[in-house]
Amino acid sequence: MDQAKIEKIKNLPQYQQLVKERTGLAWKLSIAMLVVYYGYILLLAFDPAFFTTIVSGSYVSIGFPVGVGIIIFAFLLTGYYVRKANSDFDELTAQIKKEVE
Amino acid sequence: MSMFKKALFGLLALAVAPIAIASGIDVAAPAEKVTNWAAISMFVVFVGLTLYITYWAAQRTKSAKDFYAAGGGITGFQNGLAIAGDYMSAASFLGITGMVYLKGYDGLIFAIGFLVGWPIILFLMSERLRNLGKYTFADVAAYRFKQTPIRVLAAFGGVAVVILYLIAQMVGAGKLIELLFGLDFNYAVVMVGILIIAYVSFGGMLATTWVQIIKAVLLLSGATFIAVAVMYQMGFSFETLFKTAVENRGGDMNILYSGGFVSDPINAISLGIALMFGTAGLPHILMRFFTVPDAKEARKSVFYATGFIGYFYILAFIIGFGAVALIVGAEYFDGAKLVGGNNMAAIHLSSVVGGDWFLGFISAVAFATILAVVSGLTLAGASALSHDIYANVVNPNATEAQETKVAKIATLVIGGLAILFGIGFKDQNIAFVVALAFTIAASANFPVLIMSMFWSKMTTRGAVIGGWLGLISAVVMVVLGPVVWTQILGMGEAIVPYKFPALFTVVIAFVGIWFFSITDKSARAKEDLEGFEAQFIRSQTGIGAEGASEH
Repeated sequence: MDQAKIEKIKNLPQYQQLVKERTGLAWKLSIAMLVVYYGYILLLAFDPAFFTTIVSGSYVSIGFPVGVGIIIFAFLLTGYYVRKANSDFDELTAQIKKEVE
Repeated sequence: MSMFKKALFGLLALAVAPIAIASGIDVAAPAEKVTNWAAISMFVVFVGLTLYITYWAAQRTKSAKDFYAAGGGITGFQNGLAIAGDYMSAASFLGITGMVYLKGYDGLIFAIGFLVGWPIILFLMSERLRNLGKYTFADVAAYRFKQTPIRVLAAFGGVAVVILYLIAQMVGAGKLIELLFGLDFNYAVVMVGILIIAYVSFGGMLATTWVQIIKAVLLLSGATFIAVAVMYQMGFSFETLFKTAVENRGGDMNILYSGGFVSDPINAISLGIALMFGTAGLPHILMRFFTVPDAKEARKSVFYATGFIGYFYILAFIIGFGAVALIVGAEYFDGAKLVGGNNMAAIHLSSVVGGDWFLGFISAVAFATILAVVSGLTLAGASALSHDIYANVVNPNATEAQETKVAKIATLVIGGLAILFGIGFKDQNIAFVVALAFTIAASANFPVLIMSMFWSKMTTRGAVIGGWLGLISAVVMVVLGPVVWTQILGMGEAIVPYKFPALFTVVIAFVGIWFFSITDKSARAKEDLEGFEAQFIRSQTGIGAEGASEH
C-alpha cells in the first residue's frame, strides 16, 4: 500500500466512521464481558457464602443459573457483534473498497 | 499416489491388529473391556473414514497455502465447528466432566473460564487476524517488524504451547485406549502418533479441518444424548439430579457450591487471565482464522464456535453431575476412584445410560477427539517450524516446494515428540497440563500479537524483549509452581505458590513490551512506527489481504 493510497483511505469519511464505530463497539462489548466474568470470580473469592443460597427447591443453588447465564451472555454478545458487523461494518468496508480500487 | 495407498493400508492394519490381539489376551480385565466389539468396530470405522478423508484431501493439497490453510476455502460455519472441535479436546470432555464429577460446581467455574475468551477474540482479534495473516499467527505478530527475532520468538512460544497441549492429549489417548481396549498405554500412544502424522503430512489443513468437523459433530451429538438421557432418568428436573448426586456423596452439599477452587482471589484471577488470554494465544486455534476466505467468515466462525463451545460446556456440566448421580455399581469403582481414574466419568456414564453399544460410540468419539485435536496441534507446531523458522529465518529464499517438504519433516518431528512426551507424562492430571499451556500462550504469544495490532508505538525491540520476558517468566514460574515443582519433580513445597502464574507473567510481558518500545530510539524503531498506518488500514478494511486460492 503506497503513501498516496494510505492518505486517501485515511481521509474517507466512511473509513473514519468504520474505525470509530467498530473500535467503540468492540471495546464496549469486551469490557462488558470482562466485568461480568471477573465480577463473578471476585464474588466467588470474596463472598463464597452468596453461592450457598438455594434459589429453587432444596438443592438448586444460585451458582447454577448464574454460571449458565454467563455462558448464554457470552454467546449473545458475539451474536450482537456479528449482526452489527454484517449489516453496518461490511457496508462501510464495501464503500471504502469501491472508492479506492 | 501408490505410496499413499500403501501407507494407508499399513495404517489400517496397524489400527486393527492390536485390537485383535488385545481382545484375546487381556484375561485380567473386566469382561466388557475385552468383548466390546461395538467400540472396536466404531473405532475402526472412524479411522477408516478419516484415512479416506486424508486420501481425498491429499489430492487437493498441492500448494503451501493448501497445506497450511486449506486453500482459504473453509466457510465460517465449518470453521466454527472446527474451532469448537479444537477446543472440545479430550481435556475438555474428559477433564471437565471429570472435574465436575470430582468437585461439582467448581468444574463449571473452570469451564466458564475457558469460554469467556471467545467473545474477546471476536471483538478484538478475529477480523484483524484474517486481514493481516497468511499461515501462522507470527505472520501477524511480525507484520511490520524485523522478521527474524519476532518469528523466532513466536515459533518458540507456539511450539512450547503445542508440546504442552500435546502431552495432555496423548496422555488422555493412552489412558482411554488402555481402559477400553485393554491395550498397552505405550502402544496406544504410538498408534495415535502414527495416525496423526499420516493425517497431517498427507492431508494438511484440509484433512485436519474435516477430521475436526466430523469429530465435533459426533462429540456434540454423543454428549447431547448422554445429557438428555441423564435428564430423562431424573424426570427432567435439576432438583432431582442434584438431590440424587448429593445423596450419592453421603449427603455432602458441598458439590453444589464453590469448594475453595476460588478461595484465593489472586489464584482465581490469575487462572481467569490464563484461560482468557491463553485462548487468544493458542497457535492451533489462531491458525484456523487463515482457512476462511475473508474477515466476514472469520467473524462468523467465532460466533458459531462460541455457541457450540458454550452448549458443550453446559452438557459437560450435566454429564458430570449425572455421573455423580448415576454411576453407582461396584464394577465402576477401583477403591474410591472410578476405574481408569475420575477423568473417565463421562465414559462410564455412557455405559450406564446407553449400554455397551453407546459406550462403544462414546469411546470411539473420545478417541476421535484426541486424534483430531492432536492433528491440529501437530500442524500448528510444524507450521511454526517450517513457515516461521525455515521459510522466514533460515532460508528466506526457499521455494514453496522446499517449504512444504520441511513442513512434512517437521510434522514427523512434532509427531515423534508427541509420542515421547505422551509416554513420559503418563500420570499427570490432564486438565492442569492444559492450564499450563494456557499460561504460556497468555504470557508470550498473546501480548506480542495483540500489541502488534493495536499499539502503534511498539517496536521490534520492545516486542522481542517483552515477549521473551513473558515466555521465560511463564516457564520459570510454572516449573517452580505446585504442579511441576511439587507433584512432578517431588522437590517439596513450591517456590511459586500459584498453579496459574499468568497474572504476573502477562503483566511482565506487557510492561516489557511497553518499556523497551518507548525507550527504543533505533533506526529500526522508526521503520516499525512508520509501518503501523498501512498495517492498521489493512487490518480494518482487508484491502491487500490474502484471498482464497482458486480451485
